[in-house]
Amino acid sequence: MRMTIEEKLGLDKFFVDEDYAHIVIDKDYPDLAEKNKLVQACPAGLYKLNADQSLSFDYAGCLECGTCRVLALGTVVKEWNHPKGEYGIEFRYG
Amino acid sequence: MSENKFDAIVVGAGVAGSAAGYLLAKAGLEVLIIERGNFAGAKNMTGGRLYSHSLERIIPGFAKEAPLERKVVREKISMLTADSAVTIDYQSSQSGEANTDSYTVLRSDFDRWLADKAEEAGAVLATGILVDKLLVKDGKVSGIITGDEEMEADVVVLADGVNSLLAEQIGMKKPVTPSQAAIGAKEVIELSADVIQQRFNLNESEGVSWLFAGSVTDGCTGGGFLYTNKDTISLGIVCTLSELKHTDKTIPQMLDEFKEHPAIAPLIANGKTVEYSGHLVPEAGYNMLPKLYQDGVVIIGDAAGLVINTGYMVRGMDLAIASGEYAARAIIQAKEKNDFSASSLADYQRLLEESFVLKDLKHYQNFPAFMENPRIFTEYPQMLSDVMADMFTVDGTPAQSLLKKIMTHVKKIGIFTLLKDAWKGVRSL
Repeated sequence: MRMTIEEKLGLDKFFVDEDYAHIVIDKDYPDLAEKNKLVQACPAGLYKLNADQSLSFDYAGCLECGTCRVLALGTVVKEWNHPKGEYGIEFRYG
Repeated sequence: MSENKFDAIVVGAGVAGSAAGYLLAKAGLEVLIIERGNFAGAKNMTGGRLYSHSLERIIPGFAKEAPLERKVVREKISMLTADSAVTIDYQSSQSGEANTDSYTVLRSDFDRWLADKAEEAGAVLATGILVDKLLVKDGKVSGIITGDEEMEADVVVLADGVNSLLAEQIGMKKPVTPSQAAIGAKEVIELSADVIQQRFNLNESEGVSWLFAGSVTDGCTGGGFLYTNKDTISLGIVCTLSELKHTDKTIPQMLDEFKEHPAIAPLIANGKTVEYSGHLVPEAGYNMLPKLYQDGVVIIGDAAGLVINTGYMVRGMDLAIASGEYAARAIIQAKEKNDFSASSLADYQRLLEESFVLKDLKHYQNFPAFMENPRIFTEYPQMLSDVMADMFTVDGTPAQSLLKKIMTHVKKIGIFTLLKDAWKGVRSL
């Protein structure tokens, strides 16, 4: 039985900053291909395409790899920053 | 040191930053290392394997005290199709002798240990702090800004990793493009040390490094990796971002399918995944080098894109550590002259050029382009698999000469295409 991506992320230790989204996206960005790139490449599966072709994204399970920044900064990804100090993923193995 | 001013501020306590911080502190400089994670290593991830030579130069005999997982004594490379594997397996009792040793590592422990060494040497380590900006005065970098606090230094060492926003802010580095970066996704899978030793035919404390090309990435440049740790296995995939257009599979899906491959599944059976991680690998090597120094600032490690991928070997940490050493040496000289201008810090680049770091990056500079050949990831693994299937199949059909069998499969790709690819491959290595 495959683990779901949510189950995998559930194994990781996160300190979620409830007050600050370090990545901000344009969920209605018109180019579908650009949105699909993120759905495909995000290792945490945090980008999901909705039925109406809008994009949903949750920064809470972010592994902070930077893939979405490299692929779509300036298009779908409007802002990309590191989480504030102390927040975000904390690798126990790495 | 004047009040509130350091000789050097290192941003990032990965292996590059801590190596630099360690040497600077040891030379008597006042050093502050700032790390955004709650401890050094908290944000870091590797495949991963550390080639020891560059850290050995800095901390001789480090392997006796560092939290290393296993010493690599066995090298495996597999070409995969969806349901087959052709594997080269190399082991030698000579493996890993004096200065050629390498180890599997997990960064959370390893980086913390190296940062501790820097602290013991006298560096100040501040964790849980994100550097927002560099302090720039009269065009010269003169410290860092975090929140509404400023801290000054004669020189800032950027060791803030592949997503170095700071290097971009001051124009030393262009944003990384999709063809210059590969995404790595990894699971750490727990198994007992005994089981690992039995499954991989290893003695206690010995480890295997195993790379995979072919169906893993569904035709995209990249591959799979497996490293044995003490009582876990690091299993993952790497795929160049611009190459993802060749497949519809997602990164998590590729990793799941890799785990289920008949060559892998029995090796991880009954293993328990204990962590999932993702990280970008700067992969374009020599052709993506940023400006390495500027007035009051140098850039090292992944932030400078110092990674070599030759297909059968991936190296980043040994280059990162060496770049930390050369940056530290240049800064120590700059301190003696009390000159932290670009022309003084140019010594860093000179030292890198004289060392294996830039020599090796230059040597392999054409390899990333060579690897962007879909035949390597689809047709050649299939050809190898077909040849093997013919060689080892006995079903009562009259035998053919081996050469004829092989040529049947080679002709599918075309002998000249194959020779051309082989020639290009050998030339780029």
